[in-house]
Amino acid sequence: MTRSLPLVGFLLLVALFGFGIWWNSRHDPREVPSPLIGKAAPAFVLPHLEDAGQTLSKTSMLGKPYLVNVFASWCIACGDEHPVLMAYAHKLGVPLIGYDYKDEPADAKAWLAQHGNPYDLVIADREGRTAIDFGVYGAPESFLIDAKGVIRYKHIGPFTPDVIERELRPLIARLKQEAP
Amino acid sequence: MKRAILRMVLGFLLAFAGLAAAQAIDPLPFKDHAQEVRFQNLTRQLRCLVCQNENLADSNADLARDLRHEVFGLMQQGRSDDQIKQYLVDRYSDFVLYDPPVKPSTWLLWFGPGLFLLLGAAVVLVTIRKRGRATRIDSRLVDNATIEQGDDW
Repeated sequence: MTRSLPLVGFLLLVALFGFGIWWNSRHDPREVPSPLIGKAAPAFVLPHLEDAGQTLSKTSMLGKPYLVNVFASWCIACGDEHPVLMAYAHKLGVPLIGYDYKDEPADAKAWLAQHGNPYDLVIADREGRTAIDFGVYGAPESFLIDAKGVIRYKHIGPFTPDVIERELRPLIARLKQEAP
Repeated sequence: MKRAILRMVLGFLLAFAGLAAAQAIDPLPFKDHAQEVRFQNLTRQLRCLVCQNENLADSNADLARDLRHEVFGLMQQGRSDDQIKQYLVDRYSDFVLYDPPVKPSTWLLWFGPGLFLLLGAAVVLVTIRKRGRATRIDSRLVDNATIEQGDDW
């Protein structure tokens, strides 16, 4: 018994480190979990990118689920995500709202003109003040908000076809059942 | 002469160093020194979400600057330190705090090291006891051996 003790200890350590490697391969340790999931989205009123005179607010979006995608022209990962959004935006079945984060409106417009615009509407948060209420700490980030204005899902980092098929679409289907 | 030039150069360098430092810490209109100390103390306890191993006070990240301004604005509104922390936790989870709060999900984090220390102490204790017993038996054997040898004499 005493002789096998070092071996047992070693195996325990192997199990512990193995678990650590497995866990980290599935979770990004840098990812900040959002405490807002399942809670009402913060109230917001933000101007349209194309026409700063018009605004979009949380209250005006109540009644139907929608997807908010935080992006910026300076954000490199957003460029990776962009083709995926171009391909899937029309298949999602919910409005896709672009949230231009801490960006020059002119840069954002040029970026969309060059790469294509997958969004039904783009709103601009130049100072990033509202983004703090949403707990945004980078781009891209995406929020799925239901008909009652509750945040149901957040994705940190670029969407991939896999994530859209596996996580986003089943959830959208469920939300649409909830809100006929 | 040489010394005078050196002094002038040094003076210039110091003046510019001061200027650079003043620009690095983005200046906020504190109403007095006590408020500034409170601000520095509070932002040192908060994590920059972008760099993550830096606190809000030291970070140069854009978001850290925004959050510093946010903290400053909340202080101006007369919110307490705890209220400001809660405000950020509501948006960014406990992650934003450098010291995670003690609650069931963080018990292992807080008390784990103590647990391992106790475990180690127990192992050491058991080992020492065993060795102690073994040496006593050994010495008795040696004693017997000498006595036997003595008998041979």
